[in-house]
Amino acid sequence: MEYLIGIQGPDFVLVAADNVAASSIIQMKHDYDKMFKLSEKILLLCVGEAGDTVQFAEYIQKNVQLYKMRNGYELSPAAAANFTRKNLADYLRSRTPYHVNLLLAGYDETDGPGLYYMDYLAAVAKAPFAAHGYGAYLTLSILDRYYKPDLTRDEAVELLKKCIEELNKRFIMNLPSFTVRLIDKDGVHDLEKLPIGAK
Amino acid sequence: MSARYDRAITVFSPDGHLFQVEYAQEAVKKGSTAVGIRGKDIVVLGVEKKSVAKLQEERTVRKICVLDEHVCMAFAGLTADARIVINRARVECQSHRLTVEDPVTVEYITRYIATLKQRYTQSNGRRPFGISALIVGFDSDGTPRLYQTDPSGTYHAWKANAIGRSAKTVREFLEKNYTEEAIAGDNEAIKLAIKALLEVVQSGGKNIELAIIRRNQPLKILEASEIETLVAEIEKEKEEEAEKKKQKKSS
Repeated sequence: MEYLIGIQGPDFVLVAADNVAASSIIQMKHDYDKMFKLSEKILLLCVGEAGDTVQFAEYIQKNVQLYKMRNGYELSPAAAANFTRKNLADYLRSRTPYHVNLLLAGYDETDGPGLYYMDYLAAVAKAPFAAHGYGAYLTLSILDRYYKPDLTRDEAVELLKKCIEELNKRFIMNLPSFTVRLIDKDGVHDLEKLPIGAK
Repeated sequence: MSARYDRAITVFSPDGHLFQVEYAQEAVKKGSTAVGIRGKDIVVLGVEKKSVAKLQEERTVRKICVLDEHVCMAFAGLTADARIVINRARVECQSHRLTVEDPVTVEYITRYIATLKQRYTQSNGRRPFGISALIVGFDSDGTPRLYQTDPSGTYHAWKANAIGRSAKTVREFLEKNYTEEAIAGDNEAIKLAIKALLEVVQSGGKNIELAIIRRNQPLKILEASEIETLVAEIEKEKEEEAEKKKQKKSS
């Protein structure tokens, strides 16, 4: 039911997540933010088991901040992704595994933009575009068809709009709005919610 | 067998003193001076920079440390002990944010550090931490705070204070010169801190490290050039004061 998507450009990463917080068949919240700011230039998008998501994401968030206090500089996106994955892997074979699916998006001074796909089995993959949820089955093919590595920010937003259009057309669940954010060398920027006019 | 017996190092003396704690306070008195000043919209920490050996990289000796985005501390005493305390405080700052979704108040983290220090005066086999700390920052409601802790685990709030070598001299200077107008502006508060340190530091601005926190802004460590400019301003003001006094005398 929940949906996450990330698209990496040459000098930015565009991410979006749906805004529904559901409990069984009821929409409890229609303006729920599934993105966690790990640092000035890193976002963690987190879906999965209710409770596990916030618990795990906030734990990672505070540990990334602790690293900044201890060392005077922030963790790189690659390091943060690997740290997250290690935690997932450690908890996987314990009595209390976290059932969460994640996208980590960030911008590094030296390596540029990065998008990391992680799932509840502690797999990690750095990818140019990625999605989580049932919606991924419908939209990955659209990304395959229209993505190019040097796409501009506007083209990325258009591509994102195409994906959302497809979800609205063919996905059984109604996802009325999506939070959209962009990360580049200047940090995290909030973009207009999609589809246009969504509240 | 011997594990069952109390291996306390810190025990009471016949006349009610905890000598280990007092010896720790002596260790603090040997450390380089640190001064803290609470202004209206700014808090200032200044430390005496110990001269480093010729081959040593200067940057690795940092006596002013951030605990969180809105709190920082300076210490006097055993640097190695300070590292442990600072690390625990940093973890506690994040842990607090995780559990209650709010940043720590300066008083909370001071109390945490003080409790930690007190525990080490009462457990077996451990000696007290040989540091005093000056903890500064802003609470979420915007109030500036300055606290001081010492090896016994007590803490107090201060308007301005000094720790370490020659702390007494600096404190006396502050008692004379800390007035409402002396801390009226940010620059004035910074200059007061520098003036206080100049009382006890040899060779002036080169041996001073200064850090400031302004409300809602991260810690800023002043560059050597900025300190030099301020020291020059202070010297000029001193000269002008001396001139005025001379003129008054002659007239």
